[in-house]
Amino acid sequence: MFPVEDVLAGNRLALARLLTAIENDTPAGRAALSALFPHAGRAHLIGVTGAPGTGKSSLVNRLAYHYRHPPDGEAPKTVAIVAVDPSSPFSGGAVLGDRVRMRDLTGDQGVFIRSMASRGSLGGLARMTAGVVQAFDAAGYEIVLIETVGAGQAEVDIARLAHTTLVVEAPGLGDDIQAIKAGILEIADILVINKADRPGVENTERALRNMLNLAHPLPRVYRHHGALQEVLPAVAEAPADEAIWIPPIQKTIATRGDGVPELAAEIARHRTHLEASGDWERRWRARLQRELEDLLQDALVHRWRREIPPNYYEDVFSQLVQRQISPRQAVDALLNGGREA
Amino acid sequence: MSASERKIRVLIAKPGLDGHDRGAKVVARALRDAGMEVIYTGLRQTPEMIAEAALQEDVDVVGLSILSGAHMALAPRVLELLKANGQEHVKVFIGGIIPDEDVPGLKAVGVSGVYGPGTLTDQIVADIRQIVLGEEAA
Repeated sequence: MFPVEDVLAGNRLALARLLTAIENDTPAGRAALSALFPHAGRAHLIGVTGAPGTGKSSLVNRLAYHYRHPPDGEAPKTVAIVAVDPSSPFSGGAVLGDRVRMRDLTGDQGVFIRSMASRGSLGGLARMTAGVVQAFDAAGYEIVLIETVGAGQAEVDIARLAHTTLVVEAPGLGDDIQAIKAGILEIADILVINKADRPGVENTERALRNMLNLAHPLPRVYRHHGALQEVLPAVAEAPADEAIWIPPIQKTIATRGDGVPELAAEIARHRTHLEASGDWERRWRARLQRELEDLLQDALVHRWRREIPPNYYEDVFSQLVQRQISPRQAVDALLNGGREA
Repeated sequence: MSASERKIRVLIAKPGLDGHDRGAKVVARALRDAGMEVIYTGLRQTPEMIAEAALQEDVDVVGLSILSGAHMALAPRVLELLKANGQEHVKVFIGGIIPDEDVPGLKAVGVSGVYGPGTLTDQIVADIRQIVLGEEAA
């Protein structure tokens, strides 16, 4: 059994070893997660995703630094960082390099950085990332920044885990067609245009702004052939409703820290919105339900496997391979026939 | 968990002031291809930064790349800090330009292996496997 009390008391070595046990999904790690569960649920989980090279690690570094050194007398917050990088599909090994960009945070006992390899998961996180995040939450870290694998279009697991999801873009990476595709841009609670000193930033901002306007029509005025025209939204009633969150666009230059205080303010505003609208609770309810169903599925499959006669699965499978039965018939045979056979 | 499922985690760091990180990157890549998880911290790390990263990442092995000649000062300091953090089980190896006459002294303070130019990466992989998994099996 893991020394859960040591983790709760702030012992960093105990926490580090617990994270390894969770990541390896050992029985001790599972037991510790259960013991820690009542202590979790307080941290603000902030996801940071986006294409490789948009500056996610640098932005995480600056955001964490901002929380540790807040302006004008605010209390610093403790910060945990979970940085996920891909595992090799061939060797299973990985080079985890996100720490290279996080040097500003060393020597600070209020920061804990942990690198994770994705270990074959395809959704942008590792299978045990949620467990690692829960351990940090229970250990009392107030902010948990979760940096995904460099994500393309469909790696959207982060939105299910985090309270607030930042999608980081950089100038020159895509046109306005990219911006209307389904997927990663849709999960953004806040859109960040990093490297905002690069040429093309206006185009990126315009493409994202147009995408948002399609999703959240607002009355706006523009100039057409020199005449001012007002365009009313297609929806009859303008969404003046406070319950609707329209993702803001924040420009940053992470290497210099420009725009980071403003970004932190938007993150805080999103948290306030989540709490006021009831979404905070809805999100964690949905998350727990999903976790429960995933675990239940795993457990049922395990139990069923233990109960069927040995070789029965292989027998049915070989019938399937010989096309004597279809995949659905195979499932029926396995579920119904197993016990009588 | 059986030894075969266990992922070996290695921190590769460059302490000191020289900026030659080619060797560190070659070794990081070789260990990756051998199925290990390598945390790469980049250039100009202090021993304190290295020990802190080793703790947070709960690594099995720390690899130091030193070409500045400061190995007799840096390596013992890293070992000392690891121990102070309760990580005396972490193995430390060194790559880079290390004069032969310094090797016994480094081994005496607890360095597990010293690898100079021309070392085969397979040798480093085999030694790490032996030192991490061999001890657990014993």
